Amino acid sequence: MSVSLSQVSLEFSNGFRAINGVSCEIGRGERVAIIGPSGAGKTTLLRLLATALRPSSGSLNILGADPWSLDRLALRRLRGCVGMVHQAPPIPPRQRVVTAVLAGRLGRWPAWKGLASLFYPVDIAGAETVLARVEIADKLFERCGELSGGQLQRVGVARILYQQPELVLTDEPVSAVDPALSDRIIGELNREAIERGVTLIASLHAVDLALHWFPRVIGVKAGEIQFDLPPMRVSDAMLRELYASETAQVPTQDNRPLAVVPAGVRRKPMYL
Amino acid sequence: MNYTLRDPAALPRLCLTALILLLLWPGFQLTEFDPAALFDARSRETMGKFIGTFFPLQTSAEFLQLIAKSTLETLAIATAGMALATLIGCPLALMVTRSLSVSRIGPGPGAALGRAVRLPARFILMFFRSIPEIVWALLFVRAVGLGPAAGVLAIGVTYGGMLGKVYSEVLESNDTRPATALLEAGSGRLGAFFYGMWPVALPELVSYTVYRWECAVRASVIMGFVGAGGLGQQMELSMRMMDGGEVSTILLVFFLLVVLADAVSAFLRKLVA
Amino acid sequence: MRLVHWLTVAVLVALTWASFSYLALDLGQLFTTEALAQMGKYAVSFFPPDLSGNYLLRVGEGTLETVAISAISTLLAAILGLLLALPAAGRFGVVPRAAARLALNFLRSIPELVWAALMVMAAGLGPFAGTLALALHTAGVIGRLFAETLENAPPEPAQALRLAGSRSSLAFLYGTLPNVVSQLIAYSLYRWEINIRMAAILGVVGAGGLGQMLYFSLSLFHQQQAMTVIIAMLVLVAVVDGASAWLRQRLVV
Repeated sequence: MSVSLSQVSLEFSNGFRAINGVSCEIGRGERVAIIGPSGAGKTTLLRLLATALRPSSGSLNILGADPWSLDRLALRRLRGCVGMVHQAPPIPPRQRVVTAVLAGRLGRWPAWKGLASLFYPVDIAGAETVLARVEIADKLFERCGELSGGQLQRVGVARILYQQPELVLTDEPVSAVDPALSDRIIGELNREAIERGVTLIASLHAVDLALHWFPRVIGVKAGEIQFDLPPMRVSDAMLRELYASETAQVPTQDNRPLAVVPAGVRRKPMYL
Repeated sequence: MNYTLRDPAALPRLCLTALILLLLWPGFQLTEFDPAALFDARSRETMGKFIGTFFPLQTSAEFLQLIAKSTLETLAIATAGMALATLIGCPLALMVTRSLSVSRIGPGPGAALGRAVRLPARFILMFFRSIPEIVWALLFVRAVGLGPAAGVLAIGVTYGGMLGKVYSEVLESNDTRPATALLEAGSGRLGAFFYGMWPVALPELVSYTVYRWECAVRASVIMGFVGAGGLGQQMELSMRMMDGGEVSTILLVFFLLVVLADAVSAFLRKLVA
Repeated sequence: MRLVHWLTVAVLVALTWASFSYLALDLGQLFTTEALAQMGKYAVSFFPPDLSGNYLLRVGEGTLETVAISAISTLLAAILGLLLALPAAGRFGVVPRAAARLALNFLRSIPELVWAALMVMAAGLGPFAGTLALALHTAGVIGRLFAETLENAPPEPAQALRLAGSRSSLAFLYGTLPNVVSQLIAYSLYRWEINIRMAAILGVVGAGGLGQMLYFSLSLFHQQQAMTVIIAMLVLVAVVDGASAWLRQRLVV
């Protein structure tokens, strides 16, 4: 059991209830996509799983432990096994890509190694390999401030690939990347999860990517889970209801309408 | 990849670090850097004894009276010094300000004279303010003897240079059209100043002068160290006598004085704005 | 002008007059012919400045010593300031923050010259005292600025690293420091420029450099040598001003 939520709620200090009584279980090695309109609570949910936020009520179990009952050292170890890709990777603009990527293993390295890498990157080859997987190996020694939004997102993904966590959480990791490339990157994340047998939970804005790549799709709206189904069983009506308040059209990566599936024909996903 | 990539920034960084270290070494030599000297037995003993006397503060009535007098003296030095500085700065500023220059608006008999006067005036202002005030204080102490007179003169000269420069900058940066109009109508320089510039520029000029007075209070204490009277001279005496209690009392009074001067200055500047 | 303004002007004029009389300064006495003649003689004794090769060499050494004092003291101040700025920015809790801020305020409230006099007592006459004095005072100034910069730095990069299991110190080095380091360096260089001026004058209380040379030459009534030292001070400040303006144009840190 990788992740287990039981009646988890989260209320912010201004009274806003971001997560409302969510219960969910995700097993080891599962690949799950979270979709929903803006403000639904996808990011908040992921941050709860990343132990960045503490639930107001309910119980949470990450990789077999309740993170909020652990001591500091154990919590740090747990966090080293959980990796989160942020929508806008918070990397200092002056930092070079190689240093930013290598920072992924700071949780695992001894202190001296982390310190040494500031002066001379200790594993240039390793950083280059993961950057090649997201197709920006040529930016190895560039400063992050000189990259475009999409390139920076890919550096965030590369950092997570380098970290090799047990639980991979990604928050809209390709929102600024062009459709063809974003497809390849989501594919890369899925490949990574399958090869290493780790859990992947991705929040996505583009529904087509979610339905195409993930064997389990969770729809979130207003802090609650609307549905938790394999993509074949997600109907257009469900999607329209999920995104009802947002746009007239269900969002996709290249903004073309989601392919309409005639009744009775199974929606064909792309597993590996 | 079957070749290892090298960090291109490594070599420049290494060279820069080596260069800095190479320059620091003679630096440490020149400054006779010797932390051990702080901790050798004799200096430890002296310092220890001195620091020991810092508390309790010296609060005898006699001493406090002395300090009160010195504080008043410092305030007086600063105020008198600023008055002198204004007396020096104003005429020099008027001489230097180009926007009051009659010759600027057209050829006239005074063009050459104007240039002949402006350059030396500029030079005098620069000379006055470039030499640090404490050096002026040292010089005046030698010239007129120990005591507040030297302080007043030193502040007058240094700050006169600063006031002169800033006054002329303020006058030049404000709207010069009223003054130019007056000059073109045949008014003299002083007339143009009083009727064309004074009303607009006054708040800024006063504000800067008050700010400088606040700095002068601090400077007066510092100059006292080299014999120009006031709190500073008292502190120097107390330090020479290794009386920590007196020194800490004077320091405390100094802080309070600075806070007071700051408050007065802020009040006056708000009044003017 | 309102009544308040007139009143204030009246008060100021009264205070000024009071200052002069309190000091029993008879400026009239100061400007008598013989007093002026005496001052004139004193002023003239400064010219021509002593430009003999030997003395110029010594003044050159004094200048180098002044620059060295300013450089080493600024470096020490940056290190000490950064160390104090970490707790002062609240990284270790409320009590360390208050304590660090108190320490920084104490360091910078005491004027450099007072520190110099104190350090001369502790470390003896010479440039070491000047270095220590400037280092302590500047640490207070720099530390306060560093603390403010650290407090304003975005916390997200370091937070993200801590979420990935990094220890706090490394998260700070990788996430927060890169964002502020250029500001820290720029301000340190700016203080170095100011310190060169201060280092030149601290010497009058015995803290080395050009100031000490000036004090000695005046005490020994060698006015012409004193003039050389004053000229050296002016040249030094002018060169530093010019160099920093040029550097600021060329390097955008």
